[in-house]
Amino acid sequence: MRQPLAFTVNTMKLQLEVQPGTRLLDLLRDELHLTGTKEGCGEGECGACTVLVDGLPVNACLYPALELEGKQVTTIEGLTGPDNTLSPVQQAFVDHGGIQCGFCSPGMIISSTALLNHDPDPTELEIREALVGNLCRCTGYAQIVESVRHAARSGGAPLGCEAERAIRDRTRPGKEG
Amino acid sequence: MGTLRHIGKETPRPDARDKATGRAVYIHDLQRPGMLYGKIKFSDQVHARILHVDTRRAERLPGVRAVITAGNTPEIRIGFLRDNVVLKGDKVRQYRDEVAAVAAIDPAIAAEAAELIRVEYEPLPGVFSPADALREDAPLVHEHDPRGRPLTSNRLSLSYHHRSGDLDQGRRAARFVAEGRYSTPLIQQSCMGTAGCIAEFDGSDNLTIWAKTQIPFLAQRDFNRALQLMGLVGKNSRVIVPAMGGGFGTGLDTHSYEYIAILLARRTNAPVKIVYTREEEFACLSPRQSSETFVVQGCDESGQLTFREVRVLQDNGAYTSWGATYPTVMLLPATSLYRVPAVQFEASLVYTNNTYCQAMRGYGNPEVTWALESNLDDLAHQAGLDPLRLRLLNCNEPGETTPMGLKVSTCGLRQCLEATARHLGLDENRIPRQDPGAKSTRSKRRGVGMASLIHVGGSGRIYRSDASGVILKLDDFGNVNVYYGGVEMGQGLHSAISLGIAEALGVMPQQVQINPTDTGTCPWDVGTHASRGAFMALNAGILAAERARTRLFDLAAPLFAQEVARNLERYRKQHPDHRPPEFDVRRASTPDRLDLRDGMLRLIDAPDEPWLAVELGQMLRSIHFREDGEMLTVEAFYDPPNELPDWDRGYGNISATYAYGTQGAEVEVDEESGEVRILRLVAAHDVGQVLNPQTLRGQIYGALAQGLGYAFTEEVLVQQGRMLNPSFRDYKIPTACELDFPMELVFVETGDEHGPFGAKGVGEPGMVPTAPAIANAIFDAVGVRIRDLPITPQKLLRALAARGMGEPL
Repeated sequence: MRQPLAFTVNTMKLQLEVQPGTRLLDLLRDELHLTGTKEGCGEGECGACTVLVDGLPVNACLYPALELEGKQVTTIEGLTGPDNTLSPVQQAFVDHGGIQCGFCSPGMIISSTALLNHDPDPTELEIREALVGNLCRCTGYAQIVESVRHAARSGGAPLGCEAERAIRDRTRPGKEG
Repeated sequence: MGTLRHIGKETPRPDARDKATGRAVYIHDLQRPGMLYGKIKFSDQVHARILHVDTRRAERLPGVRAVITAGNTPEIRIGFLRDNVVLKGDKVRQYRDEVAAVAAIDPAIAAEAAELIRVEYEPLPGVFSPADALREDAPLVHEHDPRGRPLTSNRLSLSYHHRSGDLDQGRRAARFVAEGRYSTPLIQQSCMGTAGCIAEFDGSDNLTIWAKTQIPFLAQRDFNRALQLMGLVGKNSRVIVPAMGGGFGTGLDTHSYEYIAILLARRTNAPVKIVYTREEEFACLSPRQSSETFVVQGCDESGQLTFREVRVLQDNGAYTSWGATYPTVMLLPATSLYRVPAVQFEASLVYTNNTYCQAMRGYGNPEVTWALESNLDDLAHQAGLDPLRLRLLNCNEPGETTPMGLKVSTCGLRQCLEATARHLGLDENRIPRQDPGAKSTRSKRRGVGMASLIHVGGSGRIYRSDASGVILKLDDFGNVNVYYGGVEMGQGLHSAISLGIAEALGVMPQQVQINPTDTGTCPWDVGTHASRGAFMALNAGILAAERARTRLFDLAAPLFAQEVARNLERYRKQHPDHRPPEFDVRRASTPDRLDLRDGMLRLIDAPDEPWLAVELGQMLRSIHFREDGEMLTVEAFYDPPNELPDWDRGYGNISATYAYGTQGAEVEVDEESGEVRILRLVAAHDVGQVLNPQTLRGQIYGALAQGLGYAFTEEVLVQQGRMLNPSFRDYKIPTACELDFPMELVFVETGDEHGPFGAKGVGEPGMVPTAPAIANAIFDAVGVRIRDLPITPQKLLRALAARGMGEPL
């Protein structure tokens, strides 16, 4: 029944056998113990489970694990570099009050990272539109938007570690200097 | 109190890095060895006798470890009136009633097993509104009270009254009178992290439960009672609160699912985890209670309020939790928002077959403030006064005692009104518009409105003890380990604790290590509700810090010269030419001349030499590692100067101080579509003293967003007791795009004598006046009054059409 699957999570190359129908979210949380990715609704409405697949944000609760063959998944754990270096987006959320209960934060930070990866200098409206699929009940979004603006201004690569840079190069050919 | 070094400074939260990196461990992430997964079989009938529960197929399913029902478990009654049984045996009274539960080795098997349970019911007629429930021939939701005495009505024995001043005189003195009926809907707290727990027994039959609760110590009491009923006499429960994905009141009571996890853990001798799905969270967790409020109030020729009557009818649902005590908070605005010489307040509750309700942010206050502040605007209109002027004329002032007996220490309401007016460009001498607001385009009109609030700002005594304890354990490395029994649920309690303890003790915030909330290690706390977390933790913390400083200085004084000598020796190795000034350290080292600042012990008035300051850790090691050594651990238990009100009279100074605020809205109403666009929100709050501006802004922004949802989109839709919209697709909380307008915040610092560093509670006030401020702005824009939340385009279009037909406003 189980089917082979080869893919990369953050910097880990993996070869597994996966039950068809397994959600990416369960693979990450239950089998790989990457519990930073949260389940808020299980039906693609809240964005708490947002991860990057080949640099693009997806709801891990709706994404079949077997679709991952040969792909790169980036979770919140993968944004943090060696020795606990926060990515610019993570650092901005810490510094500017973008976090309260924290349950939406991993998904919110991943979606913001995807946005800045695609557009390093978004307008406030573009930030809000990029985050419309990520619900937050605590913050009223004001300091989240503020955090993303600061991350954009800080200008550093929004993706922290080496593997992520590799993906960015792959997904945005010719744009990297 | 000298210059503040940490309080009031923009500071990132101590828990932010864990949450930003995915490290924070929520109940959903927690695993225990051998853990099983529980699943509840909820009723699919709204009101019915249970004839038979067939669990055989579920029991036979491989991987199932236990199936429990009322038939094979002890009866555990829970809730404020103990009218709710954890597993229902005789009948179900709401769709979400728990009839059976299973424990299995994985969540999918547990869910399948719950599906396999067959329940045979005999349907009964239901009642779905307070009016229906009060009809003489209405079926009874409860035939007996918890003691077995027969009941004859669906009206609860609980009711609330207040009467003060001469009401007849007030009515006669009124030149203008406004009256109306207002309603608020059921709304769901919508924590991003759903409800859940893990229950585990140890080898001696003591329970550990990891719970998503705001009341760990009251929960411990409730769970210990359940252990007794389970035959585990003298056994204890330990409640541990992992990172919480939002609370907003959901954790103010214990829930059936927690007891079910306990029963399953007992039956299986294994840890059992129950976590709600989002659909269960919507349909099976207690939401905010709905309300119907009648208000009539009047003022004299000059605009002075002369009387006010408020009557509230609440749909209690099928069982009684803390939703039934909303009137204890409703009394505050009803009696004490603005000065009114004569007040009557009544609230009653009725059982129905709708979902039972519990707490949410503001706890009755947004409900009554919606009615009062909408009504006050109508009164201003009738009196031909600007709504701002009417509010300023009747503004509360410091030093007053209100009709409820609230002793107002500080009150920044006037400053809040004035600041809001300034931000909205309002002038109190403006004549209210007789015709609708300025047209900005063909069909769009703009308007401004405001509403104010009073709320508890110095905790709220609704239990006999309103106290909180704190323990500070200083270690060999200069760390200050804090044990506090309240919970960080996202609001920023830990930020307040780290800054406040650092300030009061004289260390750096990084030295303050906050330990997980655990009834096994933390001193008692009544719960994190009533906006009391920071107020209580820091008042207790300041007391404990004073004790720690006193003891530290006593112990350090005789050792100080010796430590300084060590420092000087080290310093001279690096600076051989250093010539120490003439200063007799030994003589100067007395407890009263010692000071601790930024984690360094110093002598007051000593020369400014680096070696003359001793690191806290160095001194603590010196105090510890010697004969008759000592470790410094101090505790304090703070009980605020407030009183348990006399509920028969609705009278008593419930809080040590009161929070005030005013919010304003500028809106644009499209008369063709009924759509309302918010152009800006202003929130001016008397916070006493800003503790951390970053987390304070977060509290108010977040509350405004919830107030906006309450105003426009949020409503649990119920048909014959069944929830119709149990998902974020159909239950709309605001998204980032709906909040695309300026939110202007003003913090008024009144420096309250009872507040830690002068601060008042700030958690709940922010969502109290948002909806009426918006409704008043809509009235200003188009001259129609919406009295039933949420304000939908359909309701607005209906009201606009009625206006066109000459209906009264």
